[in-house]
Amino acid sequence: MNILKFIETFTDDSLMRSTGSRRDSFSQFGNIGKTLAYASIPFGLSTIANKVLAKDITPTPATPIGALQFALTLEYLENEFYAKALDSGVIPASENNGRDLKVFQQIAAHEADHVSFLIAGLGGTMSANFVPKPTFDFTVGGAFDPFGDYPTFLALAQAFEDTGVRAYKGQAANLITTPDLLTAALQIHSVEARHASEVRRLRGLKGWISNAERGAGMPEATQAVYAGEGVTIQAGYNTATLFGAAAGSEAYDEPLGTQQVVDIANLFIV
Amino acid sequence: MKNEVQIHEVDSSLNTRRSFLKLSGLTLATAGLIMAGCSDNDNDDDMNDTSLPGVRNGIFDLGSGDFGVLTYAYALEQLEADFYTKVVNASNFNTIFNDIERQVLTDLYHHEVIHRDFFKAALNGALPDPSSQLLPSLTFNYGSMNFNSRTEVLATAKALEDTGVAAYNGAGKLIKSADYLLLAGKIVSVEARHASAIRSLINPNSKDFAGDDIISTSTGLDVAKDPSKILPIAGGFITTQFTAKYLP
Repeated sequence: MNILKFIETFTDDSLMRSTGSRRDSFSQFGNIGKTLAYASIPFGLSTIANKVLAKDITPTPATPIGALQFALTLEYLENEFYAKALDSGVIPASENNGRDLKVFQQIAAHEADHVSFLIAGLGGTMSANFVPKPTFDFTVGGAFDPFGDYPTFLALAQAFEDTGVRAYKGQAANLITTPDLLTAALQIHSVEARHASEVRRLRGLKGWISNAERGAGMPEATQAVYAGEGVTIQAGYNTATLFGAAAGSEAYDEPLGTQQVVDIANLFIV
Repeated sequence: MKNEVQIHEVDSSLNTRRSFLKLSGLTLATAGLIMAGCSDNDNDDDMNDTSLPGVRNGIFDLGSGDFGVLTYAYALEQLEADFYTKVVNASNFNTIFNDIERQVLTDLYHHEVIHRDFFKAALNGALPDPSSQLLPSLTFNYGSMNFNSRTEVLATAKALEDTGVAAYNGAGKLIKSADYLLLAGKIVSVEARHASAIRSLINPNSKDFAGDDIISTSTGLDVAKDPSKILPIAGGFITTQFTAKYLP
């Protein structure tokens, strides 16, 4: 936590005004790591404090590094979720003539790539900006059985993908001063949206979110993922005028703030 | 400053099968509009503030900065809205598409028309002088594309949606206002949901919804392209001439 605050003071300066290439941006992260080291921050203590005090994740600062750290934690969650599902055999090989298995193998591959990409973006696992993978419990203390019950797996997959879309969108403004990182985040954001759309279809839903509906068969506990999705006024324009509120809300995905996403993710972090 | 917008109709005789192939990504030759850097030694005396859209030397230019990006998005949304309007109004729409496909295409028609009208309203409200600075309604020509062909409609829809995603992904970094960036973000993920849906209709039992042809197999990143890469693609269908000299 102290480190995050410390980083925040740096990101207000040169990093925030970076207009260099992605490589430049990344090497600047490396420099911040060095600066931190010179400043003799007690990393070891801080790490221990995090382990003892904070199993739940806490909101990352509204900075480019914070946004990447936040994204990495979400990608850890998705990556482990799909890897465990593929290992568990919960996805029936025969489902939809094999379609579902192909879909989740592809999604799993993308989430693994996103984890690697974001770790590299933060300067590698030895960087001061690196955040480790939390410990996940996708059963939420035994309430869900996603690796034994396929419909539960599908429901959580939809919730995670729709959350991912909203979470990246909510971080965009934190990356506005680092154009290359913003572009990369947008390039992940649209992949999450392609995933979300497909998972929703596998569950028999439209690929887009109507009003603030979580959709048929979704546990009520997932409603937080859809809170506020029913907006029909965009920059003063009423999107419901032409074709009604459902179409108007479908045409725009809404962001989630850092705290909202942290609250959702913490359900699955022990 | 001229207030008149000159619309130039491009000879559509070449703008046929070739345009369709172009949009499908098979070839990137030629374009139906004048591109940035293609010419020239124009002077821009008639409009020195290049951030504003408007007519320069007789041709509408999208401008730069946030207005330029919004106007660029408005042009692309005009194309998508026009395309799906023609799709759902085609004579055989109810027979060549099944129930699920009609639902998807009708939803896309709704969403894209809403996006188009939203940008028009937003620009009308934000531009200092919309009467001279609002991009006019564009005209389109799809050449020999057959709107009663399921295959051709879906292939073109796929190209349009993938292009839309790449365009918004590439334009995000050009936006200076956090509010406009968020609005673009709200739209681009819906375009990506569309692209995924169309790809699934074309090849349902597959990973094409986020296929290796479009998502990097090393980074897991989608495509992002600058306006100068997008406009020659989209321009294959746009017959109204405009320029984008001040966008990258």
